[in-house]
Amino acid sequence: MRVTSDLGRCQGYGNCVAIDEKHFDLDDDGLVVVLEEAVSSDELPTTEEAIRQCPVAAIWLEDSP
Amino acid sequence: MSDRVVIVGASVGGVRTAQDLRRLGYDGDITVVGEESEQPYDKPPLSKQLLLGKQSEADISLLGEGGWDAIATEARLGVRATSLDIDSMVVNLADGEELEYDALVIATGVRPRTLSPELTELDSVFTVRELRDSRALAARAHLGPVVVVGAGFIGAEIASSFRSLGTEVTMTEALSTPFARALGPEVGGLLTDLHETNGVNLATEAAVTAIEKSGDLTLVRLVDGRVLEAATVVLGIGAVPNCEWLEGSGLKIEDGVFVDAGCAVLANGVGPHAEGVYAIGDVARQVDPSTNKDYRVEHWTNAVEQAHVVARQIVDPVAVPEPLKAPYFWSDQFGTKIQMVGRPAEATSVSLHHFETAGAERTVALYKNAGRLAAAVTLGWPRAIAACRKAWESGSSVADLPAVLADLADRARSAAI
Repeated sequence: MRVTSDLGRCQGYGNCVAIDEKHFDLDDDGLVVVLEEAVSSDELPTTEEAIRQCPVAAIWLEDSP
Repeated sequence: MSDRVVIVGASVGGVRTAQDLRRLGYDGDITVVGEESEQPYDKPPLSKQLLLGKQSEADISLLGEGGWDAIATEARLGVRATSLDIDSMVVNLADGEELEYDALVIATGVRPRTLSPELTELDSVFTVRELRDSRALAARAHLGPVVVVGAGFIGAEIASSFRSLGTEVTMTEALSTPFARALGPEVGGLLTDLHETNGVNLATEAAVTAIEKSGDLTLVRLVDGRVLEAATVVLGIGAVPNCEWLEGSGLKIEDGVFVDAGCAVLANGVGPHAEGVYAIGDVARQVDPSTNKDYRVEHWTNAVEQAHVVARQIVDPVAVPEPLKAPYFWSDQFGTKIQMVGRPAEATSVSLHHFETAGAERTVALYKNAGRLAAAVTLGWPRAIAACRKAWESGSSVADLPAVLADLADRARSAAI
């Protein structure tokens, strides 16, 4: 799986960073930065939790191409 | 494992619990009871994006595609739970229905405080908690001046939204500094500046003594004799937990329902547990096992986190709950993101730190207690609140934080070059 984001939706709430530092950060404008797109099966529960905690659904998982 | 889960409350905590239960593989019955007849919706946009018309009602739905069916959940909407029998494990509804449960999740939230019950009868006086409040307020923006009673977060967001719709706004606060009740005078002063710069009239030391109609006008009478004329009055004076329906259940109720770290209800406030009864979100008063202090948190993130905790506990009752997360909160006012982590009320001192990055001014308030970070508030700098949140959860020394923040500002400056 890989992480995708929509910067148009992101509001900089930062719940994703608080849960999954490996995949998410915020830039100085408070927009989400995907640090690493690929999510291994070990990492999946944490990344999924970060995605569920986004109040504006700005991040999600897609199948890897 | 439980066969029948009843969730009372159909806002974010209740709906997320049902969704998380299914995701964790729970295959018993789930029933969600909601007092409002509306399909579940998210509340933070009510005072912001929805009021401004930037989001539609469809945008703020809490149910995904497929609605209730997708999570195989029975919804009982437009009906209140009226009582609970913890011995026979039954919830009684206002329409006479009795719901038996193996696990009950109390997620009834809070309702806005009002000055007097008669006030809410006036057609120009509002509180903000439900979809219909936001709908009604949006339709009144063009009617003329708005008076917001109470300089707290809801009031501040309402003031911000009405100002951007071009409406004249006066905000009243009983204390001498607006916003100080939750954040202290230092940060209260910063927010006061933000509101005054954006044209909000602030009336301080201005407790409201009466609100009455006079023809088309609504008169707000202040303690010092001033009278404010409004087309619309919005009360933002706090909220009270919806737990009256639990009186008579035998559970200890004291500004909320007491729960442990796993959100299991503590029958008399410390233990024993009420079998199969959990509470989450704004109505839950959670005991922190590391300090034995209890807290009721009225934030979106807390409700979502606790929904996750409670779903896990129902599916796996012997799971050890994770340590409590840092309380986290955001507010959007006049295009500035105000974010808070921790508990400002527990601080003994506050320091303000100003940074400049790529032309933008950033302010961080650090609230300290015995060398630890009790809380942090940032204005317009989400990246910094993420760092503060991490520091709060790790319990690291607050002395290191200003350097961490300065480093963030440095890196942002060099990235912008």
